[in-house]
Amino acid sequence: MADLTSNFLGIKSPNPFWLASAPPTDKEYNVRRAFEAGWGGVVWKTLGEEGPPVVNVNGPRYGAIHGADRRLLGLNNIELITDRPLQQNLEEITRVKKDYPDRAIIVSLMVPCEEQPWKDILKAVETTGADGVELNFGCPHGMAERGMGGAVGQVPEYIEMVTRWCKENTKMPVIVKLTPNITDIRKPAEAALRGGADAVSLINTINSITTVDLDAMAPEPTIDGKGTHGGYCGPAVKPIALNMVAEIARNPETANLPISGIGGVTTWRDAAEFMALGCGNVQVCTAVMTYGFKIVEEMITGLSQWMDEKGYTSVDDFIGMAVPNVTDWQYLNLNFITKAVINQDACIECGRCYAACEDTSHQAIEMSEDRKFSVKDDECVACNLCVNVCPVEGCITMKQVMPGELDERTGQKVPAEYGNWTEHPNNPGNTCASGK
Amino acid sequence: MPNSQMTPGIAPGRLPKDAYAKNFSDLHAPLDAHEAAVAADRCYFCYDAPCQTACPTSIDIPMFIRQISTGLAEAAATKIFEENILGGMCARVCPTETLCEEVCVREVAEGKPVEIGRLQRYATDAMMEKGVHPFERAEPTGKKVAVVGAGPAGLSCAHRLAMHGHDVVILDGREKAGGLNEYGIAAYKSVNDFAHREVEWLMQIGGITMEYGKRLGDGMSLADLTGSYDAVFLAIGLGGVNALRADGEDLDGVLDAVDFIAELRQADDLSKLPVGRNVVVIGGGMTAVDAAVQSKLLGAEHVSMVYRRGKERMAASEYEQELATAKGVTIIYNAQPVAIHGDGAVREVEFEYTVEEDGKLRGTGEMFRIPADQVFKAIGQTLEGVPDGVAVERGKIVVNEHGRTSQDGVWAGGDCASGGDDLTVTAVAEGRDAAIDINATLMA
Ligand SMILES: Cc1cc2nc3c(=O)[nH]c(=O)nc-3n(C[C@H](O)[C@H](O)[C@H](O)COP(=O)(O)OP(=O)(O)OC[C@H]3O[C@@H](n4cnc5c(N)ncnc54)[C@H](O)[C@@H]3O)c2cc1C
Ligand SMILES: Cc1cc2nc3c(=O)[nH]c(=O)nc-3n(C[C@H](O)[C@H](O)[C@H](O)COP(=O)(O)O)c2cc1C
Ligand code: SF4
Ligand code: SF4
Ligand code: SF4
Repeated sequence: MADLTSNFLGIKSPNPFWLASAPPTDKEYNVRRAFEAGWGGVVWKTLGEEGPPVVNVNGPRYGAIHGADRRLLGLNNIELITDRPLQQNLEEITRVKKDYPDRAIIVSLMVPCEEQPWKDILKAVETTGADGVELNFGCPHGMAERGMGGAVGQVPEYIEMVTRWCKENTKMPVIVKLTPNITDIRKPAEAALRGGADAVSLINTINSITTVDLDAMAPEPTIDGKGTHGGYCGPAVKPIALNMVAEIARNPETANLPISGIGGVTTWRDAAEFMALGCGNVQVCTAVMTYGFKIVEEMITGLSQWMDEKGYTSVDDFIGMAVPNVTDWQYLNLNFITKAVINQDACIECGRCYAACEDTSHQAIEMSEDRKFSVKDDECVACNLCVNVCPVEGCITMKQVMPGELDERTGQKVPAEYGNWTEHPNNPGNTCASGK
Repeated sequence: MPNSQMTPGIAPGRLPKDAYAKNFSDLHAPLDAHEAAVAADRCYFCYDAPCQTACPTSIDIPMFIRQISTGLAEAAATKIFEENILGGMCARVCPTETLCEEVCVREVAEGKPVEIGRLQRYATDAMMEKGVHPFERAEPTGKKVAVVGAGPAGLSCAHRLAMHGHDVVILDGREKAGGLNEYGIAAYKSVNDFAHREVEWLMQIGGITMEYGKRLGDGMSLADLTGSYDAVFLAIGLGGVNALRADGEDLDGVLDAVDFIAELRQADDLSKLPVGRNVVVIGGGMTAVDAAVQSKLLGAEHVSMVYRRGKERMAASEYEQELATAKGVTIIYNAQPVAIHGDGAVREVEFEYTVEEDGKLRGTGEMFRIPADQVFKAIGQTLEGVPDGVAVERGKIVVNEHGRTSQDGVWAGGDCASGGDDLTVTAVAEGRDAAIDINATLMA
């Protein structure tokens, strides 16, 4: 069995699966049970400054998007940071860390944008024996109005400033948690790096309204007839998170900045994908809020089985391996040509591929009198839509038309050499005189 | 002493009082909202869906299931009723395993179809329970149409004609409407008087008058009808039954299965309905299965269903056969009755084993006897009471694809007419299609 031991910023944990700062990590009772279930580490639910804690709404705080069979695809919340007293949280962190020295405990923090409160809370956290801190610059609701969370995360200068204060006031590793509610994720990541951050973690939740109650005419969750935007997370946000992670990983300025990947991680495979795009570990929230702590068992067995199959002996073997293969559209090889192929034995003749291609794509699928579906190579542009809508996985595949072979659609032979848009004759910005 | 399964002869009340309600409750419980959502989620919304093609009434199945899954059960019901006004009954009685669900791509792929029948029931129940009727009658046309027979074919035709604004009179020889929905379908497929409630619901369209106790051929001729109506639709079903032509057929306790079922369907208290300790049913169709299963549910100790050909030739579907055996019926294949023995009342039925060679059935000479207090004959219904002047071939009124008979102004559909299987849903389709043609003809 592959060794899943993770070393992130010098913080050791038996596996790279951490719980993200959220309700699952809000108290000792939860965290102990999470560790018993096998989680490698936790980022404790965000602490605020000393004094009366924040209060949460007393009506519903979550909304959701469901897929088939009410499978939860996206969750939205309007929860705030911990609503329990600071001292109580610190005592609990101390006790749990003492009992689980091999697990990672990171403490998430959010205090007002002044140096003193940050100094104070860092001092307090250091007494607990925690392994590091995560600066919550992401929370999109409630705290932002008070000049914290997302309000800081959307201004790179503030990120840099607060990060620097923290680095100057503690020896603990500092992770900066980024909000996705910005246009270019590289800017806040660069700011964190300039401020001295040891790592970034992303993504926090995405501004969202999941549903509108059409009787009350108000967003859900609805509190006394009103609703507000909340933070979106769960499987639905994974593609957004993966892209943001990749943007940071392949940006030359931040290429060496460690990343903790968050956003929709639900299975071992999701975790492996985040890590392949450069994350040193992953954090999970919605998946445990949906299924409970036990899922980590599947993540552990799945990741190690896959690593064994691939011959990876440690997680470091594959972290970042996919990063060099993330490129810009203009560098994709336009001479790589494929055609959809339908496996007649696997096909159940539902006709979805036909409806999709005929109504919305390239009229490249034929339906015979006796309901057999086949691809017309002279029309297929290889868009992949049929593959995506077919209910039978692997039934439609893409087959490459090899160099020298005829592309029936264009009537041209497939060129052997790589050719991208920058060199294409149709590109007005083409700098290559020959047009090749 | 109260009666039990062991009480000899034919006796009522063989089971504890509360057993009857349980035995004759819904064969398939209705789906609740959660179950319906889960079942609807499984539909792939196929293009040119095979299930729809297989439905004799061509219900747009993917669309109504999609409507259920988006919380529009009543819109789904309307979608169903547009094609099949008896969609509620069909949801309960259609042999879906040989129709829509047999060809569902998920049946083909996984051996587990989308539960189309139960979803159809979910949708139609949702609307019918509210008493809502989704259609309105067009402006009256002043045309009058006579429909003979208030079974599924007649009701479907009448409703469609009424929608077009014609005045319809339904004439039926019995005291209740519904045809075999009321008198034939197994009790556990149509509980809580559904057949009757469905007719009442259907009549809300308006413009339909129901006249009971009116038999064509009984003081009322086809010429009378064609004389006073603009069109006539014959939907008289199959009123006769085939004779066994075996010795002893006239002994006490030997009955037509359809009569036994009709009596059962009309009984107010099933614990008062007598049934034999040993019951033998002769035949291999749906009627035979229903007679056998319901005898068993009434408390018969031994019920045998004997069919003269092999399992694969049986008209009752694999599913129906399994239902019978699951309820405790013994099915004997390849045996034909040669004599019924008894002294006043039946005691035994004697059978001869058979083999089928090149489609020809032949007795092997080997005999056996089964004890019997009651024998139900279920070897097929026959056409009866067809008025003169209407052509009949191979036991059915000859009709073209629009339901036109050989006589001008006279249409026919359902079991009495040629084409299609003898099923409720086929009768509904034929009634509807004839109505469309009658309308086109009258309005031309
Ligand atoms: C026991 C049994 C079980 C069945 N189970 C199923 C099942 O589970 N699923 C399924 O799909 N199908 C089933 N069928 C078949 C189905 O019931 C018929 O195909 C369907 O009822 C045919 O409809 P119809 O309108 O043509 O005739 P019917 O339903 O037979 O209706 C004919 C009507 O015409 C009336 N009538 C007859 N003669 C005259 C006359 N001369 N004048 C006036 N009125 C007249 C009758 O009183 C009756 O009301 C079953 C049949 C039987 C016998
Ligand atoms: C109810 C809820 C509360 C959360 N509270 C916090 C928080 O206090 N601090 C924080 O940094 N992130 C918080 N998050 C964000 C999560 O840590 C995580 O970044 C996000 O949910 C994406 O991961 P996921 O898709 O695995 O859920 C919260 C998320 C949820 C659902
Ligand atoms: S790949 Fe696109 S164009 Fe080709 S058959 Fe599939 S849907 Fe049509
Ligand atoms: S979508 Fe897939 S299963 Fe359905 S017809 Fe097309 S290839 Fe066959
Ligand atoms: S065949 Fe099955 S999956 Fe396809 S539309 Fe019909 S019910 Fe749905």
